[in-house]
Amino acid sequence: MATRSAVSAPNFTFRQRELVNKILVTSIAMFVLITFIAPLGYMFTTALKSTDQMGDSGAPWYWPFSRKTIEYQGKDLEVYQVPLQDGIHELAILKKTTTETTFVDPQNLDAEPIVWQGNWRKLTPLHVSDPQWQNFKKAWDDLNFPLLFKNSMLIAGFGTLGAVLSAILVAYGFARFEFRGKNLLFLILIATIILPVQATLIPTYLVFAKIGWTNTLLPLIVPHFFANGYNVFLLRQYFMQIPRELDEAAMIDGANPLQVLFQVIIPQSIPAITAVSLFHFFFAWNDFFTPLVYLASSPELWPLSVGLQKFNALYGRLPNLIQTGALITLVLPVTIFFFAQRIFMQGIVFTGVEK
Amino acid sequence: MQIATQVFGIIQFIYLIISFAASFHHFVEIPEEKKMALSSQARTLSQTKSKSRSYLARSQERWGYLFLSPWIIGFLVFTLIPILGTMYFSLTNYSPVTPDQTKFLGFDNYKTMLTDAKVTKSLLVTMNYAILSIPISFIVGLGLAVLVNSKNLAGKNFFRTMFYMPFMIPVVAGALVWSGVMNTQSGWLNLMLESIGIKGPDWLNDPQWIYVALVLIGLWGLGNLMLTLLAGMQGVPTELYEAATIDGANGWHKFMQITLPMISPVIFYNMTLMLIGAFKYFDLAYVLKNGTGQPADATLFYNLNLYKNAFTYNLMGYGSALAWVLFLIVLALTILLFKTANMWVYYGGEGKS
Repeated sequence: MATRSAVSAPNFTFRQRELVNKILVTSIAMFVLITFIAPLGYMFTTALKSTDQMGDSGAPWYWPFSRKTIEYQGKDLEVYQVPLQDGIHELAILKKTTTETTFVDPQNLDAEPIVWQGNWRKLTPLHVSDPQWQNFKKAWDDLNFPLLFKNSMLIAGFGTLGAVLSAILVAYGFARFEFRGKNLLFLILIATIILPVQATLIPTYLVFAKIGWTNTLLPLIVPHFFANGYNVFLLRQYFMQIPRELDEAAMIDGANPLQVLFQVIIPQSIPAITAVSLFHFFFAWNDFFTPLVYLASSPELWPLSVGLQKFNALYGRLPNLIQTGALITLVLPVTIFFFAQRIFMQGIVFTGVEK
Repeated sequence: MQIATQVFGIIQFIYLIISFAASFHHFVEIPEEKKMALSSQARTLSQTKSKSRSYLARSQERWGYLFLSPWIIGFLVFTLIPILGTMYFSLTNYSPVTPDQTKFLGFDNYKTMLTDAKVTKSLLVTMNYAILSIPISFIVGLGLAVLVNSKNLAGKNFFRTMFYMPFMIPVVAGALVWSGVMNTQSGWLNLMLESIGIKGPDWLNDPQWIYVALVLIGLWGLGNLMLTLLAGMQGVPTELYEAATIDGANGWHKFMQITLPMISPVIFYNMTLMLIGAFKYFDLAYVLKNGTGQPADATLFYNLNLYKNAFTYNLMGYGSALAWVLFLIVLALTILLFKTANMWVYYGGEGKS
């Protein structure tokens, strides 16, 4: 739709016009993309900023800086731009009052201090690049990242295992067998996809509380072992595309349905199973509501999502550390996404549209 | 009275399923070859002796139920019984703090809801958000899909991947990044606005602007919408465009007259998810404002109010009533959407392969 370009002069060849269009559309896309992911730039730079810089409105915004200082007689002096008769000089403040400031010249420390009449607050301070790598160490420790990471891994890992195993079985049942009530059951299954979790939450919570499962990881893992509609739907669609002749050949060789599943269907469906596993892993990894409900009073069991939120509530006044925390939390999912990018995109395409 | 309501609820639930069926078989259409294969199979089956057929059928049935059993058990234990449980609790004043004072209240909780200012507010908040976010998200998502579908775009896969990527960022981390970006002092958004001479609002503390902020943050989750629309667009047969070109249609006409109608099932699917999503909205509102619902209850989404009642104030009976109403709202919206579907959703099933 954006193919109509401003360039339509007849002396342009078709090829040239195509090139211009290509450059135009790609530049627009690049601009949109940069706007779209600019917040990540904010996160990266802020994560490395010092707390001083966060409170320093004169500091440049685009990079971690700190005030430029020099050492003079055992003290750190801040360097400012000072307008003198012979132009602007970079001088370090030795003594300051509102009307008169004494400077030393960093280039020539042994020279007489320079006295300047005027308010030093009006001067521009100088900054040097100074990324605070120790922010990572601090956020890592304060978040208790290894513990949160382990909990997230346990929840998402076991949850995915259960979800995928059960979904394979159920999807196979729907894809390959004829039985009474099959259509109705399938429709109920689809309907559960849109069911809000809150509709079942309170009784489920009360039962889990009764059997002593609240403040354990069990309520976050066990329900995954009972196949959710979304995963089943996806896998069923894929299983139905596998030619039945393959099943029949295996059955003639004496395989029972379980063997057909493991010897024919699963090996044929590795891409779909990988996609479903990845989707579910991320779904469980990012889940915030369920752990918030079930683990409210057990900080030692919090996954990253809850841990990071509580960290924010605690460190709201240190925006740089919040960004560091956010950064170390999103590194893993985003890295996995880039590596498994193809699987994801295909997975979505075959979920979202009729195929 | 209680039984009548339960029965009514179940009927509505079944109605939902049926209406889902009506449109969903379009999503799960069986390809023509497969239909032939199936019918030939059925023929072979019917040709065999009736005794062995019933054995086969019974064996099929047993295996089928066996494989389905994890889900059937899960559905009963984690869905059906709890939904009825929610109904039951909603008629009591149950609180885990004082379980021995539990009383049967009838419909008192529902009556309370009618006069509870927080409930009214939370419904308004949810609707405000839905009205603002759905059209904007849809247009931006559609725009992105058109962009990454353009034949003039170099590096299509790169752009598709990058536009999808923020979807993979955990909601909590994304919320914190954005709340930094929208900070009035150090946030890049207002610095950028300032550089072009606009004084940016206090995005997260203004009861009006907070909705714009939530919509902006929500744009990071558009990857799925973009990709499903893209896949829909790629499924449109090229002959249609060729025919339209011969008839002299321009790009805009082709988009409005061919692309949009042809991808209307995908649009419908996404609209349903977005509308229901507004009533499931929780994480962002909770993380941005630490669950307070501020400013001035502007982020008190329906679900946040429910959560606070049930888990902060321990009013589980009342919370159940809220949950049951949420369930009914989602049900009603779904039914409504499916009812309108045949007015604007085009299912041109036939010519597909």
